[in-house]
Amino acid sequence: MTRMALSDKLAILSDAARYDASCASSGTARRDSRDGKGLGSTEGSGICHAYAPDGRCISLLKILMTNFCIYDCAYCINRVSSHVRRARFSADEVVQLTIEFYRRNYIEGLFLSSGIIRSPDATMSDMVQIAKRLREGENFRGYIHLKTIPDAAPELIEQAGLYADRLSINVELPTDNSVKAYAPEKNPVTIRKAMGDVKSRKEVASEKSYTGKRGKRFAPAGQSTQMIVGADRSTDATILGQSTRLYGAYQLRRVYYSAFSPIPDATAQLPLIKPPLVREHRLYQADWLLRFYGFGVDEITAARPDGNLDLELDPKLAWALQNRALFPVDVNRASKDMLLRVPGFGTRTVDRILSTRRHRNLRYGDLLQMGTPMKKAQPFIVARDWTPGALTDSANLRTRFAPPPQQLSLL
Amino acid sequence: MYTVPLPRIGTDLAWRDAAKRLIGAAIPPEDVLWDFGGEMGELFATAAPLPPPSRRIKAPQSFIQMADTVVWHKDPQRFARLYAMLWRLRHETGLMQDRADQHLAKLRQMEKGVNRCKHKMKAFVRFRDLRQGGDRRSFAAWFEPTHHTVEPTAPFFARRFADMDWMIATPDVTAQFVDGNLSFHPGQPKPDLPKDGAEALWGAYFCNIFNPARVKIKAMTSEMPKKYWKNLPEAQHIHDLIAGAEAKVQKMQDAAPTIPPERAQRIRRQLRQQKGDDQ
Repeated sequence: MTRMALSDKLAILSDAARYDASCASSGTARRDSRDGKGLGSTEGSGICHAYAPDGRCISLLKILMTNFCIYDCAYCINRVSSHVRRARFSADEVVQLTIEFYRRNYIEGLFLSSGIIRSPDATMSDMVQIAKRLREGENFRGYIHLKTIPDAAPELIEQAGLYADRLSINVELPTDNSVKAYAPEKNPVTIRKAMGDVKSRKEVASEKSYTGKRGKRFAPAGQSTQMIVGADRSTDATILGQSTRLYGAYQLRRVYYSAFSPIPDATAQLPLIKPPLVREHRLYQADWLLRFYGFGVDEITAARPDGNLDLELDPKLAWALQNRALFPVDVNRASKDMLLRVPGFGTRTVDRILSTRRHRNLRYGDLLQMGTPMKKAQPFIVARDWTPGALTDSANLRTRFAPPPQQLSLL
Repeated sequence: MYTVPLPRIGTDLAWRDAAKRLIGAAIPPEDVLWDFGGEMGELFATAAPLPPPSRRIKAPQSFIQMADTVVWHKDPQRFARLYAMLWRLRHETGLMQDRADQHLAKLRQMEKGVNRCKHKMKAFVRFRDLRQGGDRRSFAAWFEPTHHTVEPTAPFFARRFADMDWMIATPDVTAQFVDGNLSFHPGQPKPDLPKDGAEALWGAYFCNIFNPARVKIKAMTSEMPKKYWKNLPEAQHIHDLIAGAEAKVQKMQDAAPTIPPERAQRIRRQLRQQKGDDQ
């Protein structure tokens, strides 16, 4: 076999990695290289160094170590039964690419994933070696995200957590039955066990020993996971229920939703569809409401009988239309919890309202001045010079917000 | 009438010092002209010297923080607006918390503009390897910021790229980092930087991390506005990526399912055997 050029490998192994939605580089420990002995820094919020025409942030060099894989997951471009071109980076190539890209300010760091080769342990061990070389050989202080391989030995996960800022393991599909059907070699129980291990290791690392010393930091940016949306028949209620359990049980930083998207050489088992991008977007909105706005899954998914979110309206607006008896709320008096439930009000708007209403009795114009999207909020609030009157309960309120019906495309 | 000259490099400290003296002597905003980088010319050069620094001046921390950012905005009115706000703060306590005040809202908006510009600079500066040999590697970049953000953003690059020498040249101010020392110099025309082979690899990465089934051009341009594209090596690929996206996806959809390679059967048998052995 002739040797493949580095740029060909990079093309294959980034193409293979693009179905992982996460590219975050935020929320880790602060580091810099002011001492002149290393390279890189992390400062809380991550940086998107570029955006691809799919609108997604490019923050990390997101690649697979190899796309050879012995597993046969139906939704995956790299499954063993696919004819996709295969390649494998050497450890040296990954290290050099990361460092040289970083020095030119292209990236915040590395997100390394891999197909399973030989065995889970062998694969994980190769990945850990790469992270170790970056940290110890190159004194790299930028961001590292490692995908952990299910079934890899706990010692390997422990090492991975010492070098990486974030660890992640994908639950892949919203229910155990779907995982069994589409990813026959993967076991949902093992995946959850791996997440549980990471969680408890993180807890141990953050405890002080009797000498008052803290252990080495373990994956300071926490762990995340990803669910593919639209490949199986799970409803949004099922998906969000699963997310809530995952956030609660494993203290995940993020659950990513990835709209099932066409791949080359797809299997007959999963016909290709147009990726459900709007649905994905609504799920992220709902996810935010669950985590930062005090909503429960049942409230958000109750708007429709089929357990799916309304695609035409954002989930908060859909909820408000169903619960009009609670509105309008008085922006000069309402509690923080209730203000957070007003359509159009974000957490920042609510903070501004709370700080400003100590100084003045808020008018409609004041809210505009603060940058509040009033078109959405109008029917649901009362201000000093504003009352929605009959608008809140008007029968056609929904049509003010929902997009006009479209003619079906003939083509 | 006071005319306050403000230098292009070190604007923040010069403004703060002048504002302290003026407010200490109770000079109202209408009696002050701010002259940034000598833009006013000779006409106003003959003005009274600034009052001496006087008693301790108190201003809310939130104002000082905001002013430290707003001074880098490109709006010629920024210094006057800040001083007018400082003037009002002498008597209107709590003004900084009033998000509905028009003048404060304007300043906050300017602050946001500068912060965004700083953030975009951190994101979009692209270094090229100068290949000069020696102990430390050296890199250089050409960048065109919207506001005067080189000076407040350079420390970020110093924290991050401390083991190499680098220069960020802009039409406004040029930042240099040599042997661990950061310095600022007047702006310059675009320098002729050597070609860098890494840009082709970066381009290959940009093209392949893009998913043609999810084209969302607006989402891209709102975060990476076109004005930055000319200094981003990867941006040259955007046009072709968008033009070819639909055909690529169509090809995936039209392709008939294939028969798995022989390897797949073999591996599956092995996996099954292993599973059997484990149980």
